[in-house]
Amino acid sequence: MRRILFLAWAEVLHVVRDRATLAQVLVVPVVQLLVLSNAATLRIANTPTYVVDLDHTSASRGLMTRFSASGFFRVAGQSASPALANEALLRGDVTMVLTIPHDFESAIVRTGLAPIQLTINAEKGSAAGIVQSYASNVVSAYAAELGGTMQRPGRVAETGTGEQGAVRGVSRIDVRTRSWYNPTLNYKHYMVPGILVALVTLIGTLLTAQNIAREKELGTLEQLNVTPITRGQFIAAKLLPFWVLGLVDLAVGLTVGGLVFGVPMRGSLLLLFGSAALYLIVALAIGLWISTLVETQQQAMFVTFFMMIVYLLMSGLFTPIDSMAPWMQMASELNPVRHFVTISRAVLVKGAGLADVARPLIILAVYGAVTLSLAVRQYSKRTA
Amino acid sequence: MTALLGLLRKEVYHILRDRRTLVVIIALPVLQVILFGYAIRTDVDHVRLAVVDPTPDPVTLAIRSRFDAAGVFRTVAVLRRTDALEQFFKRGTAQGAVAFEPGFSEHLARGLPARVLILADATEPNTGSIVQAYAAAVIQGYEREQRQAGMRVRIVPDLRMRFNPTRESSNLFVPGLMAFVLTIVSSLMTAISLTREKETGTMEALLVSPLRPWQIIVGKVAPYLVVGFISVVGVILEARLAFNVPLRGSVTLLLFEGLIFILVSLSLGILISARTSSQRVAMMGALAGTLLPTMLLSGFIFPIESMPWPLRAISIVVPARWFVLVARSIMLKGVGLAYLWPETLVLLAMALVLLAASTYSFNERLES
Repeated sequence: MRRILFLAWAEVLHVVRDRATLAQVLVVPVVQLLVLSNAATLRIANTPTYVVDLDHTSASRGLMTRFSASGFFRVAGQSASPALANEALLRGDVTMVLTIPHDFESAIVRTGLAPIQLTINAEKGSAAGIVQSYASNVVSAYAAELGGTMQRPGRVAETGTGEQGAVRGVSRIDVRTRSWYNPTLNYKHYMVPGILVALVTLIGTLLTAQNIAREKELGTLEQLNVTPITRGQFIAAKLLPFWVLGLVDLAVGLTVGGLVFGVPMRGSLLLLFGSAALYLIVALAIGLWISTLVETQQQAMFVTFFMMIVYLLMSGLFTPIDSMAPWMQMASELNPVRHFVTISRAVLVKGAGLADVARPLIILAVYGAVTLSLAVRQYSKRTA
Repeated sequence: MTALLGLLRKEVYHILRDRRTLVVIIALPVLQVILFGYAIRTDVDHVRLAVVDPTPDPVTLAIRSRFDAAGVFRTVAVLRRTDALEQFFKRGTAQGAVAFEPGFSEHLARGLPARVLILADATEPNTGSIVQAYAAAVIQGYEREQRQAGMRVRIVPDLRMRFNPTRESSNLFVPGLMAFVLTIVSSLMTAISLTREKETGTMEALLVSPLRPWQIIVGKVAPYLVVGFISVVGVILEARLAFNVPLRGSVTLLLFEGLIFILVSLSLGILISARTSSQRVAMMGALAGTLLPTMLLSGFIFPIESMPWPLRAISIVVPARWFVLVARSIMLKGVGLAYLWPETLVLLAMALVLLAASTYSFNERLES
């Protein structure tokens, strides 16, 4: 046990002494958190919209105001020429064109049924879907509003024939919507808990792989191998400092996320750190495994980088797991990052308890046991 | 000329011999097309829905069956009370919920408003909004059907999805992926290969050989150009065959713009290698200076319009941003130079400035 502590302490001194590593551990995560959470957003707001108003009535102007007041749209241009609108769409100046036909108001008054046209630039497929759903919300809210003002006299007239009115279905289904866990639809509250996972993963995997690869490069690994220290002790001593570092990084990131972005922390932090401790074993074991495959630090970086891209893209960090192709969803079950992303979001944003995240936790525990024993076996084979 | 050919041959051997790197160069784009095609999607489908129906009656049953028939929803649970919902959301077993109030049809029959609440897990705000919109549309559809004598005002939007009618996510990422692959091969590999000669000291040997400086650069860079070109064609082919990504505009124009972008990336690679002395530093420089901006700030995955202004400002000097814009317009909108000349000019200007800067740095290093 004392041997482990000595070696671990040497490792800590290495990290603290080397400015580059220290920066990698403390500064880079904060910068990454700040940049990533601002850059990696699929939030849709202020969609530039071109309005072709052929009606020029209070109803058509009302619709336009509702669009610009919703916060999701910004009127970037306006004319009575569809050709100009098309031009703006082709140039990419606007994302949506709203065309209001010339009999818009009169159609509402006469029949209560009025067509409009929404043309959306669907180049960015998913974004277009969200723009569409926001636009439909604005339109139906406006229709309900108009209906309310126009219906009132009719309804009063009908109260006499209450029974009949009900049969004809004057009464309405009152639909209300509520967004749980993120009522302000703040995208950062979704991204930051995920980015924290990415940070912890990078520290755990990259630093471990690089560290052992450096010992190999410098030849000091051979020296350690001839000391009386056993392989188990060596690995424990190597991983322990990075395990602690990962947890420290999580704490730093969480503090920044809470102070700068106001990320909610609804669940138990103890549960989050407990899961992180478990997850870090997996991340460290993968780093150890990479280090057995490579000869130099550069290769360690290259291989880690390659694996990170695959892991992170498949983790549901950037896009929801539920949107992936079915077989991809199954494949992502094999991805430990996915499970910790799930836990992190559930605990922080939804306030989930131990019972709620039991499944991903158990999977992580299994992974920890499997990857660690595989990495240790691979490691001893290599150097033996 | 023979000297140049000799250098070229040497470089090709280098590339072919380093299997590990070659595999990464070739496997990464292929893998990424698959990942982006199947994993990086935001389409909302198969929504897991929980229903809270305290007093099931014909109306609520009818609405529930409409949810099942809508194709988007899959009912995972029918509950009596709302308290149990919390657990479903926390475990992620439900993404949305529809809660009817007790005595739903009774209220309707008496002419009172019958309340129904749509809940969505908005942890991911976009999915949350879409789930709400879908659910509201289902209920409104039912209501509309019931009320033939439409007293209420209805505004019927006629929706047109231009340029990508099926809203395929894969159509979006292919241009970005091209930029990504070109950056890896042109900037990263060039920078590393040039600094390796420096690190091992063989650059000196090349410099005292009868080769001219430009011949050294061409000899070092040309093989990577070929590798990059092959990867890009591979990406386009794979995208066309597997995902049916359209190519509406002129292929010549696309290749021409690609060539400008390759020039920009190569100059960046040469510039990085001239300024650094070790492979490790060159790699970090290439990662931070070209690869990350290409991934994050080019609009490849994340829309630039949604970013705060400092990041939008930085994205202006990221070459990939302009190339992605141009490539996307050519492939999906089918527009030509008439629309794309400003972006093309920006790319050309970048290429000229960077080429001049990299030639200057390389020559300066030669003289000192």
